[in-house]
Amino acid sequence: MIPYILQYLHSDVTPGEAGNVFWMVVYVLLTFAGVSIGVIFMNWFERKVMAHMQVRLGPMRVGPHGLLQPIADALKLIIKEDLTPASADKLVFWFAPVCVVMTAFCTFIVVPFGRTHAITDMNIGVVFMVGVSSLGVLGVIMAGWASNSQYPLLGSLRSGAQMVSYEIAMCMAVVSAVMMTSMSGEGTLSMIRIVEAQLHQHVWYAFEFFPVGLTALGVFSIAMIAETNRAPFDLPEAESELVAGFHTEYSGFRWSLFFLAEYAGMMAVSAVAVTLWLGGWLRPFPNWLGGARWDTVFSLAPGLTFLLLAALCVIYTVRMAALRVMRANAIGLAAFGAVLGLVGLVCLLPAVRVRVQDIYWFVVKVGFFMYLYVWYRSTFPRYRFDQLMKVGWKVLLPISIAVVVLTALVGVRDELFAMVWR
Amino acid sequence: MWGFRALRARAGHTAGVPYAMPQNYIPIFVFLLVAFAVAAGTLLVATIVRPRNPEKVKGMAYECGIEVQEGSRKRYTVRFYIVAILFVIFDVETIFLFPWAVQFKQLGAYGFVEMIVFLGILVLGYLWVWKKGALEWI
Repeated sequence: MIPYILQYLHSDVTPGEAGNVFWMVVYVLLTFAGVSIGVIFMNWFERKVMAHMQVRLGPMRVGPHGLLQPIADALKLIIKEDLTPASADKLVFWFAPVCVVMTAFCTFIVVPFGRTHAITDMNIGVVFMVGVSSLGVLGVIMAGWASNSQYPLLGSLRSGAQMVSYEIAMCMAVVSAVMMTSMSGEGTLSMIRIVEAQLHQHVWYAFEFFPVGLTALGVFSIAMIAETNRAPFDLPEAESELVAGFHTEYSGFRWSLFFLAEYAGMMAVSAVAVTLWLGGWLRPFPNWLGGARWDTVFSLAPGLTFLLLAALCVIYTVRMAALRVMRANAIGLAAFGAVLGLVGLVCLLPAVRVRVQDIYWFVVKVGFFMYLYVWYRSTFPRYRFDQLMKVGWKVLLPISIAVVVLTALVGVRDELFAMVWR
Repeated sequence: MWGFRALRARAGHTAGVPYAMPQNYIPIFVFLLVAFAVAAGTLLVATIVRPRNPEKVKGMAYECGIEVQEGSRKRYTVRFYIVAILFVIFDVETIFLFPWAVQFKQLGAYGFVEMIVFLGILVLGYLWVWKKGALEWI
């Protein structure tokens, strides 16, 4: 048993590919835990960032600087009464949030956090991702229909129409990224191979064929906001028109499953965008600043980041008002800073830092997209539904088709010239 | 000759290719199981912890403070249906693009022209749909 567990540590493939069931389960659980922690963090982060953008403080009471607010919310939601409308379809009503959570998390099966840090590496990874992300609409439709109420039904219909409309532009953008992998030898649909192709071609696909890759990323990053029903495309849950959209009838912990799925979905699509266009787990300039010395310098980044966060905690502890009521907060923040500092020191160990650096760069890039989500939400007003459909069908779809054709044109230009001037 | 072993032998040429192995797909089922267990498990835990005092008024569908007249299962605009149909067409198109996209450099100019013809027919249909007004909302 133990040799079976230990032998995987020396392999350089994903647990799925090695066929190692133990590590497979460990990776699945780790991914689940990581994404859940990410959701908890995002809950706090979004409120805090939006609050500061609107010149207010945001959560400050529960824990130092509101750090424990998401946990308090989760506890509140668990002990809250959960209502099922009498006219609802009970089974479908129960299954809808479960279905939404399952589909939202399933994209993470193919997302590579590092060369070996993925649950599995399928040869159809990208197609799997596209398929699973379009399954997400099922849960939403189920929720709206099963509620047997006006607002949820309208919300779910809107959501369905919106998600399928933007799905096409999203797929086309993905096709153009897949085409770019084909430029160096064999093309591939496997997420890990796509990142490796970017390493071998010495370019992130966002900057391949200069404006083309960037346009594809732009189309994808607009479509992914619509796909996850976030502002400014949050029409399915437009408060001013539909109360809360498809989850109007949901309360208590079932509602929080929708919440969990929404944030997990945001992270999943951001992770896909990062993998396809921003070099996945690759550190900045892996070829230009290559060599052992630069490798060492860049692998210090995770540890230093944690130490920086620890230092921030210490600074805020010192600056905290010296009142008796604040003492518990100060001790808590100092303890949190100590934990972060300890993690940072562990990440500086040579054996650890080679393993965590891939994950670190991946998470940083995904975090950038998550920040963009918050930024959009506090910047843009909500679209009207006809405008939304117009953007999806009449703007993004033509652009994405043009992107595919342009990628093909630039990619095979030599062959085309040879054919014409023969 | 048509037994399992013969099938395995015929599939033997893929044995050296790591990506042909079905074990890459096993984690999907593990993951689905864990996802279901987590979602259903938390719901179950919540069932044990939370209070439960159903009332007639609590069980009514939400309706902005007025009495609910009837259920929601009635007619809605046909536009949602049109969008769904259009989605099916265009999504199948993108799925057709994937095999070509993987090999498009190797297929070269020939594959490019073929795909332009395919895309051209679809764009013609798209323009027709646009002109017919199926993309207009309202």
